Amino acid sequence: MTLQTPSYRPAAGDEAAPGSATPHKAGGLRALAQRHLSKLVVAPSFAAILLFVYGFIVWTVYISFTNSKMLPSYDLVGADAFSKLWRIERWYVAIENLLIFGGLFIGVSLIVGILLAVLLDQRIRGEGVLRTIYLYPMALSFIVTGTAWKWILNPGIGIQQFVRDLGFPGFTFDWIVQQDTAVYTLVIAAVWQSSGFVMALFLAALRGVDQEIIKAAYLDGASLPRIYWGIVLPSVRPVFMSAFVILAHLAVKSYDLVVALTGGGPGYASDLPATFMYEMTFRRNQIAIGSASALMMLATVVAIIVPYLYSELKGGKRV
Amino acid sequence: MSSLTSALPPAQGTGARIARWGLYLILLLFAAYYLLPLLLMIATSFKSPEEIRTGSLLSLPRDFSLDAWSYAWNRACIGADCRGMAPYFLNSLVIVGPAVIISTLFGALNGYALTKWRFRGANIVFGMILFGSFLPSQVILLPMAQTLGFLGLAGSAGGLILVHVVYGLAFTTLFFRNYYVSIPDDLVKAATIDGAGFFQIFTKIMLPLSLPILVVTIIWQFTQIWNDFLFGASFAAGGAQPVTVALNNLVNTTTGVKQYNVDMAAAMIAGLPTLVVYVLAGKYFIRGLTAGSVKG
Repeated sequence: MTLQTPSYRPAAGDEAAPGSATPHKAGGLRALAQRHLSKLVVAPSFAAILLFVYGFIVWTVYISFTNSKMLPSYDLVGADAFSKLWRIERWYVAIENLLIFGGLFIGVSLIVGILLAVLLDQRIRGEGVLRTIYLYPMALSFIVTGTAWKWILNPGIGIQQFVRDLGFPGFTFDWIVQQDTAVYTLVIAAVWQSSGFVMALFLAALRGVDQEIIKAAYLDGASLPRIYWGIVLPSVRPVFMSAFVILAHLAVKSYDLVVALTGGGPGYASDLPATFMYEMTFRRNQIAIGSASALMMLATVVAIIVPYLYSELKGGKRV
Repeated sequence: MSSLTSALPPAQGTGARIARWGLYLILLLFAAYYLLPLLLMIATSFKSPEEIRTGSLLSLPRDFSLDAWSYAWNRACIGADCRGMAPYFLNSLVIVGPAVIISTLFGALNGYALTKWRFRGANIVFGMILFGSFLPSQVILLPMAQTLGFLGLAGSAGGLILVHVVYGLAFTTLFFRNYYVSIPDDLVKAATIDGAGFFQIFTKIMLPLSLPILVVTIIWQFTQIWNDFLFGASFAAGGAQPVTVALNNLVNTTTGVKQYNVDMAAAMIAGLPTLVVYVLAGKYFIRGLTAGSVKG
């Protein structure tokens, strides 16, 4: 769900790519067969991807230009579904929520993740154990951990009641049941789930920074915070980009989180595009509108990913 | 991987010692934040309903009881089906096993072919496969539902296996491709001169070198597929649903009295396999997460 690969540097005109020592040049007819064997081996996967990824995208585009309701219909009616989509108030709620949720989720996850990475880098005893604790939420489905979060955030039995029982009867923490604050509970839980991942990314990058430069700065009298702020963090700049892209596309795809925590409620106050799409397609018999909303999600992800892969590609040429 | 600051002399003095304590305090507070939901789940799953009502959110169970676990395992009602989580747990196993093995095998072959037997357009093919890892699944839900219907796989475990294999290919191919790139081409060249063929080199030379990336890929795929909810909810019907969908149905049921201890036990049952794998082989899981994300 989260991977991309900056270390993938596609070389334009791959025959010229360095390191592609071509073993098939070693022999005659047999090698020719071997070369085709390579294509044959990749062919089933590539065909599956062509059909199930690209073919299905085209299929969804087609559906979005029909008047499909409960069942897909194949009569084209133009861009009706799109104009309908952009007149649905609930869609605007989902978009606005995505902006709020995405912005806070990315920002706070980056801050928490970087903070933890820098702190963990100070020769901490028990670093391995702490790292394991910070990262375990990524190994669990949010459908699982959401069960606990739902309870913690439930005002009647969770934190609110806990603090009230401690002797603060006026304490209120009922974001999850309020229309205007429910989306922030998604942020709390999403940051909890993903910030450990940001920590892992940055910790790995910090350990790759040249220690001699740090030592030199230290001997010059620079303080540790200044060294991190001025030298270390700028030198791991590419990781910011990777982390941002991963978090941003996770935000757009967020689905389990909403289902497990708020179910999109109260009402549809905490809907995100992913839950909107599911609701329209499978519950409200508005397949064309559901497809149109799915394409909006795809467009957003492409807008995030393509410039990133492009810059990686350029970077690759320079190396 | 040594700490960045290990080149520096340790700080001395009272101020440094206080700073050090503060540092540990912050790290431990964060650890508490991350652990809270899990501890809450574990503690509550061992409590009686009576104790949950009267006791505090964060207290440890007084009378340690396994009742909620056994109830969740084989008696809890998921919809109208009161056989507990057990049959759904089995469904997940049936889906995960073949899906992990098949997607990993194809990933290894693809990675090998794309790096050691490069053909014209190999990078474009790889790029197009790779894009699959970013795809928002919503774009393919409806066509996939229709296609599974045509294939007679709608609502079945077989359908979900197919779905997980196809959309797992992007990750497995990425993992193996990036791993095989770092294996010297000369190994393959030498073997071809000795007369070894495509598959011989794969099984005799590449696979024996692939153990670390095999573990990374298998753990990654296992975790992803076990934790999947969207595909399971969209494509599996009734008795064929995976454990995550069953859990969601159990927890979000509106009928009857809410049994929080059973909910938590069911959640633990659904989460335990990936949690155990993470605790035992976390190193490999993290490598999968960060694979390719950090240069060098």
